[in-house]
Amino acid sequence: MIIEQTKPVLEGPKGDASPGRTDEPIAPGAVRASDAPAATGRETFVINLGPQHPATHGVLRVKMTMDGEYVVRAEPVCGYIHRMHEKMAENRTYAQFLPNTSRIDYLSAMTYTHAFVGAVERAAKIQVPRRAEYIRVITSELNRIASHLVWWGAFLLDLGGFTPLLYAFDDREKILDLLEGITGARLTYCYYRVGGLYNDVDDAFLNGTRTFVTEMRPRLKMYRALVTENIILRKRLIGIGPISAEMCRRYGATGPVIRGSGVSYDVRRLEPYSVYPEFDFEVPTFPEGDSMARYLVRMEEMAQSLRIIEQAVDKLPAGPVMAERVPRVLKLPMGDYCYAVEAARGRFMVRVVSDNKEIPYRVKLRTPCLSNLSLFEEASQGMLLPDALALMGSLDLVIPDIDR
Amino acid sequence: MNMRSISLFLSSEPARLVLFLLGIMAFVGLNAAYLVWVERKGAGRFQRRPGPTEVGPAGLLQPIADALKLLSKQLIVPAGVDRTLFRVAPLLMMSPALISLAVIPWGEHLAARNINLGLLMIFAFGAINTMGIMLGGWSSRNKYAIISAARVVSQSVAYEIPVLLVVITTILVTGTMNLNEIVANQAGPFWKWYLFRWDVNPLAPVTFLIFYTCMLAETNRAPFDMAEAESELVAGAYTEYSGMGFGVFFMAEYANILLGCSVATVLFLGGWQSPIGVLPGVFWFLLKLYFLVFSVIWVRWTFPRTQFYGLLNLSWKILIPVSLFTLILSSALVKL
Repeated sequence: MIIEQTKPVLEGPKGDASPGRTDEPIAPGAVRASDAPAATGRETFVINLGPQHPATHGVLRVKMTMDGEYVVRAEPVCGYIHRMHEKMAENRTYAQFLPNTSRIDYLSAMTYTHAFVGAVERAAKIQVPRRAEYIRVITSELNRIASHLVWWGAFLLDLGGFTPLLYAFDDREKILDLLEGITGARLTYCYYRVGGLYNDVDDAFLNGTRTFVTEMRPRLKMYRALVTENIILRKRLIGIGPISAEMCRRYGATGPVIRGSGVSYDVRRLEPYSVYPEFDFEVPTFPEGDSMARYLVRMEEMAQSLRIIEQAVDKLPAGPVMAERVPRVLKLPMGDYCYAVEAARGRFMVRVVSDNKEIPYRVKLRTPCLSNLSLFEEASQGMLLPDALALMGSLDLVIPDIDR
Repeated sequence: MNMRSISLFLSSEPARLVLFLLGIMAFVGLNAAYLVWVERKGAGRFQRRPGPTEVGPAGLLQPIADALKLLSKQLIVPAGVDRTLFRVAPLLMMSPALISLAVIPWGEHLAARNINLGLLMIFAFGAINTMGIMLGGWSSRNKYAIISAARVVSQSVAYEIPVLLVVITTILVTGTMNLNEIVANQAGPFWKWYLFRWDVNPLAPVTFLIFYTCMLAETNRAPFDMAEAESELVAGAYTEYSGMGFGVFFMAEYANILLGCSVATVLFLGGWQSPIGVLPGVFWFLLKLYFLVFSVIWVRWTFPRTQFYGLLNLSWKILIPVSLFTLILSSALVKL
């Protein structure tokens, strides 16, 4: 029996969970590193950006063939932090794999755990209590804001502005404190369990969340006035690094990247999961496709997440946070199960193939960053080095998420 | 008699020069150390954190600890570099600033050398300091450093022109290149400063802004820190330098900021002239100087880095035409 979600709008043939690998040529007229000197008649040189470089925020390596300051070809080399999460899933039980899901994208751990428990719950046909689903939404959205704040700070750091990072971390600290209070961890939460949650939230968390929402709105306004409207920032982002909707589709780019190219693609809206349909929120899209559009999408998303959190805290139903009959030893029925969520960086999908044993036969993790990175090679062609790095920053890459 | 000969010796010209040189070196050294502290504390305040607190009260001994660390580190000269140039480059950046400070009038009779072409000398030596970064980047045999060196050259070419045009405007108005005389011309209340002399140069504040921007660009300070754009070029021209090799570059950056701000103080803010006629001139000079230095730090922690072509566009399309226009306007006014 195969339980398939609604067919993904953007991905290629069914089951092709790594949309980064397309057979498309990189671009008409593209220059390969090997034939670059012959093609341009000029000498090129190779710069290794990484695996240790301040701009990559992790162990990503980008082999850049440069013509002066112009990028002829930027070839990402992955694998420096490959930890075999998918293979690890094949020799431990579903419950034992849960902590791994927090360590793929360490900035958006909640949503990743959500996708995995979602797939298992879908397979085992476990009905999750409504209170648990609401709390999942609240914590996931808090996590999304925290993740976007880190991106915002790090992106401005890439652009040479150091100060916003500290402001972003100031706000993020409040979220981490809230989540630490209920989960006991600051980044790798592992808070969702198959069938519900690890524990219920307390009043301190709910009141703290309400206060955070009211405090965060003026902060976002301040960020807009101080940073978004800064002339230097605007000059560096507007019109720089255009990515077309067509290119996003070809590489399977999702999340703020495709929404910054004018496609209103949001898993929460198109393939609704959990209790998201019960909330009123907008999917911010900007048609320009440049780095500024992606920047604005994320800034606007933080405001939308605040809206969702506010509604969810107000409507939070009473009741248990764990399903009643969750078997101690989980054996999923034979089959192929998918569950996709909208993580902070885009569509994250878990595909579990079960052969009716305690351990899964295969777990495929479709991570957004790999697809988002894949388009970098094509999108950065002919750009100046600083612009290419601004483009890379606007993709919001988390390196362990690429390699997993 | 002994005392007499000592004072006689001290007032002789060579001894005076040596004393001033030592004084300037001590001043620059102390400033470089403590401006780093001010910068780190200031950055801390801008970023809602305390800054250095661990070493000494309020972190005041931090610069000394940093200097000790830098001094005790091994000086690594990477394989295959041009050793001579690699070693000379930091000095090439440091010494012009030290030499140029010799003509700055700190007070009414407080200048190492009161020479008639002081302004010319400062800008002649100022051009050498670009060579320092360029050679440092070039001799490092490192791709990041070479890109940085190339950037520094085009940045300097672009910014020396408007700064010189602005200075020529000032010379037209003052009629002298002697810094002492320029300051003496600005005696009186603050509206006698060249920053506010609309009668001789209607665009005087704009001229000052151009000078200030160019000074930021010349000293490679944010938002024009193309040479060491750490998110692009790791540490730019300084990537391969360790220990005091890097330390001298670092000190030279602050020495150049001091020099740039001193020249701005002399040319636009009336140098050691007191607007209200109290306290000695040195006090007023340092007050104005550190106000400018603080603003440089403020700018650095407020703005993101400009794009490289944005920087060149700013220079060639805005600063040079505007400064040319001011030059023509002032010369017309002088002629009238």
